[in-house]
Amino acid sequence: MPASQPNALTAGNRAAPFLDSSVGRKVVMAATGTILFGFVTVHMLGNLQAYLGAQVMNHYAEFLRGLLHGGGIWISRAVLLAAVGLHGWAALSLTLANQAARPVSYRAQTYQASTWASRSMRWTGVTLGVFIVYHLLHLTTGQAHPHFIPGDVYRNFVTGFQVPAASVFYIVAQLCLGFHLWHGVWSLTQTFGLAHPRYDPLRRFFAYGIAVLVAGVNISFPIAVLTGIIH
Amino acid sequence: MSNTLTITLHVWRQKNAQDPGGFVEYSAKDISTEMSFLEMLDVVNENLIHKGEEPITFDHDCREGICGQCGLVINGRPHGPRERTTTCQLHMRSFRDGDDIVIEPFRAKAFPVIKDLMVDRSAFDRIISAGGFISVPTGCAPDGNAIPVPKENADLAMDAAACIGCAACVAACPNASAMLFMAAKISQLALLPQGQPERYTRVRDMLTQMDAEAFGTCTNHGECEAACPKSIKLENIARMNRDFIKASLTYRPDTGLGGGA
Repeated sequence: MPASQPNALTAGNRAAPFLDSSVGRKVVMAATGTILFGFVTVHMLGNLQAYLGAQVMNHYAEFLRGLLHGGGIWISRAVLLAAVGLHGWAALSLTLANQAARPVSYRAQTYQASTWASRSMRWTGVTLGVFIVYHLLHLTTGQAHPHFIPGDVYRNFVTGFQVPAASVFYIVAQLCLGFHLWHGVWSLTQTFGLAHPRYDPLRRFFAYGIAVLVAGVNISFPIAVLTGIIH
Repeated sequence: MSNTLTITLHVWRQKNAQDPGGFVEYSAKDISTEMSFLEMLDVVNENLIHKGEEPITFDHDCREGICGQCGLVINGRPHGPRERTTTCQLHMRSFRDGDDIVIEPFRAKAFPVIKDLMVDRSAFDRIISAGGFISVPTGCAPDGNAIPVPKENADLAMDAAACIGCAACVAACPNASAMLFMAAKISQLALLPQGQPERYTRVRDMLTQMDAEAFGTCTNHGECEAACPKSIKLENIARMNRDFIKASLTYRPDTGLGGGA
């Protein structure tokens, strides 16, 4: 690439627009990642009501659908859809740039610091994208559910997970979510510049804790249904 | 007491940027464990010259670990197996008799191979030209301590300034990203009073140049920090990200009107 000659008079005005810059797209990635990380945490907490029985869970579902006279759920759906779309767009555009940046790969590359979680982000992310579509068709709209009863969230939850293949896919997807959060929650703090030696161990621990908690609790649901704890 | 090794080298040979290149195997005998890695390559090259073959081209200059010229990927690690060590300061005692050693150039689209193990790192120079400097009026040297600098900032700036621009961070990054180099060059100025006037134009200008050079982007693996012979910290990347976000939110477009009346 030929470089433009530096010129003190135009300093700062030769800079590319925010979304054209790599760090700008990383900030989009981190901001949408924050929204999605917040959502999966709240979603996991809401799911815990499955352990409290049909009445509590169905009541919670009615409460969510009734927020802001029914508008709340559509606002959150719009925000989440935008967040997923932008997260995917940023991931794709950055991944393409990264792959183009090393056209000839190493014969031997010995990793020192990266983890399986950090190197597999794009694959756990794509798996989660597919899972989200299936999850919506399964427990929201019902097309992928063998015995869907509109409105009876608890019954759909139980009969849905009684199909072993469905439960296995949920467990695999939640493992992917755990790995994605393991690296992603730490990574987004780094992108926002939230580094300080006093807090660095804390943000690592926070990411690992969230990853284990969200994935662990969510994986417990299909297992609880298959083992008859929830019925 | 010096021991000798016999090792097998798998060296990347490439005539020029257009040549696809490939690995060639060489056997190196009677290699003293006291030799540096580059001295071992010198011995291999002497033998190649005696046999009338083309010697292996590699970059090197000071051989004291401070110039940033040497840089080979040795068994999958830039600068080889020792931490905080440049290739020239790596010694053959880090290897064992009978070892197979794979030697590759730093691989990145932004660093085209000139020949064999030598790559063109002038992309780094262009990034520095885009903003990695301070504009100062010339004149007398200012008095020492005329500008107060907190000790902690001086230390952190010096840590960042330890970067020798060797590009091991790019070589180690799974995305061939230059973020650690960039972050060091931005931090060494951002932490000091002299760097403040251009702090927020510098970060945007340098990042624009980095992207134009076709480096990859950071995914926070941390491989750069692990490979860096000068222990540049990931914290510098966070500082650069912070400065970039602030710069993007606050810059004023040039009106072309100038200041004053």
